[in-house]
Amino acid sequence: MARAVSYGGDDLNLEATELRLGLPGSDGHEKQSSSATVRSNKRASPDVAEDQSARTKSNNSIVSDAGNGDGDSAPPAKAQVVGWPPIRSFRRNSFHGQAKKTEGDGAGMYVKVSMDGAPYLRKVDLKVYKSYPDLLKALEHMFKFTIGEYSEREGYDGSEYVPTYEDKEGDWMLVGDVPWDMFISSCKRLRIMKGSETGGLGCL
Amino acid sequence: MQKMAGSSFPEEVLEHVFSFIQDGKDRNVISLVCKSWYEIERWSRRRVFVGNCYAISPRMVIRRFPEVRSVELKGKPHFADFSLVPDGWGGYVGPWIAAMAAAYPWLEEIRLKRMVVTDEGLELISKSFKNFKVLVLSSCEGFSTVGLAAIAANCRNLRELDLRESEVEDLSGHWLSHFPDNYTSLVSLNISCLTSEVSFSALERLVGRCPNLRTLRLNRAVPLDRLANLLRRAPQLVEFGTGVYASELRPDVFSNLSGAFSGCKELKGLSGFWDAVPVYVPAVYPICSRLTSLNLSYATIQSPDLIKLVSQCQNLQRLWVLDYIEDTGLDALAASCKDLRELRVFPSDPYEAEPNVSLSEQGLVSVSAGCPKLQSVLYFCRQMSNAALRTIARNRPNMTRFRLCIIEPRTPDYVTLQPLDAGFGAIVEHCKDLQRLSLSGLLTDRVFEYIGTFAKKLEMLSVAFAGESDLGLHHVLSGCENLRKLEIRDCPFGDKALLANAAKLETMRSLWMSSCCVSFGACKLLGQKMPRLNVEVIDERGPPDSRPESCHVEKLYIYRTVAGPRFDMPPFVWTMDEDSELRLS
Repeated sequence: MARAVSYGGDDLNLEATELRLGLPGSDGHEKQSSSATVRSNKRASPDVAEDQSARTKSNNSIVSDAGNGDGDSAPPAKAQVVGWPPIRSFRRNSFHGQAKKTEGDGAGMYVKVSMDGAPYLRKVDLKVYKSYPDLLKALEHMFKFTIGEYSEREGYDGSEYVPTYEDKEGDWMLVGDVPWDMFISSCKRLRIMKGSETGGLGCL
Repeated sequence: MQKMAGSSFPEEVLEHVFSFIQDGKDRNVISLVCKSWYEIERWSRRRVFVGNCYAISPRMVIRRFPEVRSVELKGKPHFADFSLVPDGWGGYVGPWIAAMAAAYPWLEEIRLKRMVVTDEGLELISKSFKNFKVLVLSSCEGFSTVGLAAIAANCRNLRELDLRESEVEDLSGHWLSHFPDNYTSLVSLNISCLTSEVSFSALERLVGRCPNLRTLRLNRAVPLDRLANLLRRAPQLVEFGTGVYASELRPDVFSNLSGAFSGCKELKGLSGFWDAVPVYVPAVYPICSRLTSLNLSYATIQSPDLIKLVSQCQNLQRLWVLDYIEDTGLDALAASCKDLRELRVFPSDPYEAEPNVSLSEQGLVSVSAGCPKLQSVLYFCRQMSNAALRTIARNRPNMTRFRLCIIEPRTPDYVTLQPLDAGFGAIVEHCKDLQRLSLSGLLTDRVFEYIGTFAKKLEMLSVAFAGESDLGLHHVLSGCENLRKLEIRDCPFGDKALLANAAKLETMRSLWMSSCCVSFGACKLLGQKMPRLNVEVIDERGPPDSRPESCHVEKLYIYRTVAGPRFDMPPFVWTMDEDSELRLS
């Protein structure tokens, strides 16, 4: 790799080619600097221009960053750049649900919780909880009741309350059967069923 | 048939000889030998590949090749995959279908990539070509399940329906039931991109009555407990894609599934595995040793389970996986899979700055050392070093496709904090047959000097957040003799290099530059001087002439064409040509 070829900045021998910039006024290099200002002014906010010029590594690296003209203002250093990392939208869409869950950012995942006999419904953010015991403890606390012990065979044994949820297909399912991540992504609302209504779900 | 004047062989003989030559490039060469060879060749060409649907018009293709049976078209630029091409840019297949419907009644195959297809188009296909056999829609959009229903209902001889990664307006799963009861010729079905449920009974009956079915890729909505039934109806399957691979563990479901997998003695490729849970992964263990292709890139299983799985796949040639595999998993891969040719490692959490998994450059180094046949790599990671790249290059001079994505732009060598020029330089120097390269990390103009010097077989180069000046672009355009596709984003490359190498652009399929430093003036000049190029300025800020000529354009797409400027452009795309001065003022 020890080739010591040096290229001066203007050593492209443009005169040898037919094509010239041929633009009225000064040469290309100057134009680039001035156009930077012009372009920055067209951007959404002055903050963006400052951010960008602060981050340029050299005179010539006038590059735009986030939000290609979508009107969003000042991206901080770690903001998402459009189309980067280069992942196909098909894959991105498959994953975005996953990524958001683990990051715990964004809007939260609030679902309604109803309890048979309670006068009004509550809402919980499923993303706040890491596991079933976490969630169930919170529900017990919220509605002042106790849930029985979960087992795959018996369901919830030892209490007349049974936690259930409505999944994406509209079916009412027993809370606890599927892996936690799968539960979070399919749970639309929760219902704590009580007594006679459980139809034996409390102890299968 | 008459003997052609001056030729030693009658036409039929030449035609017969030509029939052994399928490759388009070879046929192009044959057609240049003499006029009679040109004529014989053009009447006998059955397959046409158009890499850029705007490089030529359907009429021109049909006029030259009247007896085509198979057409492949590509539309939008590659960076459309990453949302860099605004909606409505183009790539409409409608005019092609209309022209072919009239001219090629015996057309059998249509393969499209990144094109806009409508339901009307699909219906026209289904009704115009009586012997239609193959429809592949790769990353296409613009159609719904209504169009699919027409294909299912009308294409009596359909063999292949492959919707890979297309965006389909999924109105209902009912379309699958449109395959008639007496339809039995299905060989390949890929519906993995569809979101809604297809009717299971229709699917099972379809699978059961098609004895030649080799490839079946289901969509996420097919539950795990349905798989066994499908597999048992198609034990001859060679490639299978599961749906969601998660369910509560039930021993009967598990053993049923495992038995069904075992029954597929020809099964060589697996995919799907959405949201895979560890408990069901062992169901595929019995067939692991036969697998040559494994796509786990939607499987959320962690390294220990991945290691157990991969260690049993001694014949694996292709692995797509998430970075959950981690360095330890890649070590295991390197130790077990000596036949590996292709590795793709995708990021599980790409938008997070901090790594969530223990995957570094080490994993790739391991695989490069342990897998002598490795030639194609796509690797997302968060750190890289020149030393690692040099080691990879020396280990694998047979590399032909090397795409490295260091997630944070402009990341330097994490050991030395230097640019990664030398590392990528080593790659192009040692891998003399390198055809495709994607760069990332901190890079100066130097890396482009290396590329221009060494990457003589390079056909496609992707560049982002790299370089310092026009010199970088100049090195590539002047040095890479076989360059066909160049795509650049967010680099300080501008007018000088572009204009100095204008002639080069006619030898390439296309050049994409977005968020670079190319002025509107330079685009106009290029468009005026190079009539065989379409110079498209894509700018959503409004007409480029409403800003000073020195202002940089947002996006630039230049491609060679014999069809002249296109007329289906949306309001935010302008073609620069001799008339552009007049039209825009």
